[in-house]
Amino acid sequence: MARFKQRDIISIRHFNKEELLYILDLSKHMEGYNHTDILKGKMLASLFFEPSTRTRLSFESAMNRLGGTVIGFAEPGASSTAKGESLSDSVKIIDGYCDIIVLRHYLEGSARLAADVAGVPVINAGDGANQHPTQTFLDLYTIRKTKGTLEGITVGFLGDLKYGRTVHSLAYALSHFSTEMYFISPSGLRMPKDCLEELRQRKVTCHETESLLGISKKLDVIYCTRIQKERFADPVEFEKVRGVYRLSKAQLEEMGTKDDLKILHPLPRVDEMDESLDGTDFAVYFHQARNGIPVRKALLASVLGAIE
Amino acid sequence: MKKRDVSATKDESVIGHVDNKLDVSAIKDGSVIDHIDSKSTLKVATILNIQDEERVVLVGMNLESKCLGKKGIIKIGGKIIDQKEVNKIALIAPNATVNIIKDYNVVKKFKVAVPETIEGIVKCFNPNCVSNHHNLEPKLHVLNKNPIRLQCHYCERVMDSNDFVLT
Repeated sequence: MARFKQRDIISIRHFNKEELLYILDLSKHMEGYNHTDILKGKMLASLFFEPSTRTRLSFESAMNRLGGTVIGFAEPGASSTAKGESLSDSVKIIDGYCDIIVLRHYLEGSARLAADVAGVPVINAGDGANQHPTQTFLDLYTIRKTKGTLEGITVGFLGDLKYGRTVHSLAYALSHFSTEMYFISPSGLRMPKDCLEELRQRKVTCHETESLLGISKKLDVIYCTRIQKERFADPVEFEKVRGVYRLSKAQLEEMGTKDDLKILHPLPRVDEMDESLDGTDFAVYFHQARNGIPVRKALLASVLGAIE
Repeated sequence: MKKRDVSATKDESVIGHVDNKLDVSAIKDGSVIDHIDSKSTLKVATILNIQDEERVVLVGMNLESKCLGKKGIIKIGGKIIDQKEVNKIALIAPNATVNIIKDYNVVKKFKVAVPETIEGIVKCFNPNCVSNHHNLEPKLHVLNKNPIRLQCHYCERVMDSNDFVLT
C-alpha cells in the first residue's frame, strides 16, 4: 500500500509504480476539491532560493485551497542566506516554524540535505539540474489525462536534455510504463550517459537523434524543454545552441504527426515553441501548468496525513 | 600457531633477482597490502601517503600472481593501517588483501571490502553538488562493488572509478 504520511518527496526514484499511480488517482479526486479545511492549522514554509512562478504559486494556492497557511520567501536576498547563514542552519530553524517545507535551491542535493536535518517533511521543488519530482507527478498526470494511459506510449524529449531536470525525472518515471523514448537534442545537450544507462537497465528502448525529421510520426507525446541559459557557465556555449529548435504548427504539419499528438512543456518557454501551436489540439502545456494544483494538493494532503 | 609473513618471503624471492642484498626481508611489525592490481599500486601508495612516510616502505609492481597475472604489493614497517584507509584501498584495489604483521608473524589477514556507504573518502565529482559547497562530509552509496559504481547521497550523480576524487 502506498504510504505518504510524513514522507519526504525528494526524488522520483524513491517511488514505485503503485505509489505514482496512487498520487495520480488522488490528484484526479482533488480536481474538484476546493475551499475545504482538511489542512486547517497546518503551515507550509515555502523556501525559494531560485526564481519560480508556477511551482511556488501552485504550491501556495494548493495549500490555501485546502485550508492551510503559507510562510516563506521567494528569493534568497529576503532570507538570512544574505547574511551568510548556511542552508542547513536555515532549514533547522524554519523546521520549528512549520509543518512542511517546500524547497527550491540552485545546488543539486540541497533538498536531500534539508530532509536530513529537518524534522518535518521536505518537498523538493527543484534542486539545480537534479530533480523536480512534483513537476514529474504533474507531467505524468497530464499525459495520462490527455492520452488516457501511460502504458506503451512513445515519447520524444526535445531540447536541453543535459541540464533539464524535468526530463531526467520524467524519463525515469515513465520507465515504469513500457514507454519507448526518443531523445532529440543538439550534441552538446544530450541526455547524460548515466541517465541513459539507467533507463536501458530498466529495459527502456531509447533512441538519440538531433532532429524530429523522420521520427515525428512515431510520437504520441513531445516533451519540449527550454534551453536554460542559467545552467551554462560559458555564454559562448549557450549561443551555439540557442534557438536551435523552434517548434511551430507549420513545421509539424510539414513533417507529419499522429493526429492525437500532445505537446507538453514545463514552461516558461522562450523561443523553442511558437505561439502558432497554442490554439491547436496538440498544445496541452497550459493545462499542464494548471494540473500543478490538483497534483500538489494531493501531495500536501497525503504527506500531511489529511488523507490516508 | 601463528603464520609467518608469507607474502614478504615470497616477495623477497622475486625482487631478490635484482639485488639479493636489497632490504625486502619480512618486516618485523607493520602492514602488507598484497594482491593489488599492478596498475593501481601507485594510486594505493598515494592513498597511504607513503611520500610522507618516514618508516620503511617497500613498493613492488608487476610481480607474478596466479589470480591477477601481475600484482602489486606495498609494505609499511611499523604502521597498522586503519579502517578508513582500508575502505579507501577497497575503492581503488577491490581484490587487495591486508596482512597485519607483528614480530614477523601475520597476526591478521583479511581481504578489503567495499562498504555499503562511503563517508568522507570520495568527493562527489559534480561541482554543483551541495556537498561541494557546504561544510558537509561527502557521502556516497555503493551501487556496484566490482566494477565499483557510487551514487552521491545528495545529488544522486553516479560515478565510476575514473571519476573518483579522494578527499
